Amino acid sequence: MKATVYVTIKQNVLDVQGSAVKGALHSMGFQEVGSVRIGKYLELELDTNDRSEAEARVKAMCEKLLANTVIEDYRFDLV
Amino acid sequence: MNFAVLVFPGSNCDIDCYKAVQSIGESVDYVWHTATDLSQYDAILVPGGFSYGDYLRCGAIARFAPVMNEVVKAAEQGKYVLGICNGFQILLESGLLPGAMLRNKTLKFRCHPSILRVENNRTPFTNQYAAGEEINIPIAHGEGNYYCDEATLERLKQNNQIVFRYAHDNPNGSVDDIAGICNERGNVLGMMPHPERAVHQLLGSEDGKRMFTSILNAWREQHGSAVVG
Repeated sequence: MKATVYVTIKQNVLDVQGSAVKGALHSMGFQEVGSVRIGKYLELELDTNDRSEAEARVKAMCEKLLANTVIEDYRFDLV
Repeated sequence: MNFAVLVFPGSNCDIDCYKAVQSIGESVDYVWHTATDLSQYDAILVPGGFSYGDYLRCGAIARFAPVMNEVVKAAEQGKYVLGICNGFQILLESGLLPGAMLRNKTLKFRCHPSILRVENNRTPFTNQYAAGEEINIPIAHGEGNYYCDEATLERLKQNNQIVFRYAHDNPNGSVDDIAGICNERGNVLGMMPHPERAVHQLLGSEDGKRMFTSILNAWREQHGSAVVG
């Protein structure tokens, strides 16, 4: 089973990287861009076929290491 | 008094910390990140650098190094734990201090002298400074924008845990101009500026040296009272 994990900066926290990229896009003429938020994308290969077990384990990984829940949100898909 | 300077893969201010302790004439050892016993040390310095390449987040991986279990134990025992720059980030990730780090608001890696105001001189790390004193301590970081939510900030203020603020220019956009905070008990301090790079006039400032003599002073007072008691 594979897990795809997305980690993003919380909406109420300033995303400095996103702001910089937005500025670059504007200066290149892409004025239609309202905001940019940058996150992390992780692919995890899991050695299990048990969906509910995988869900619980990936959640624990996110809470413990992959995301810092003070400043970041996370979500994941199992495929 | 025995100091430990932790060394993670990617630490690069460990030698500066080691020499800063030597400059006040105390005993100091480098301690590898795999160590599982810190019982012989009275103060633990978590130095700056780029532990584990800052992969994932600054300090995120270092926080799970074996030695960090011992740092948590040492903190619980009331020993002095000082995290500088990446060391501060590691203490935040480990939950020894509240909050988290964001990239500098200025988008720049800032590396220059900075003026700090000593907000709390009643900690084991700042007893040789005057309250409100402005000191010159250099910074060098790209991710020193300290963030915490409003409730946490309120708690930090109420408990007098904000130890240093940037006095004039806030180089990274940190909440409430925070440059360094301690835990409620006061024996764990994290700060972005580098006192170990300010221990001699040749380095541009010796204002950082008193941080190390403060720790020694605090330890001597504690030690002395224990002997007398």
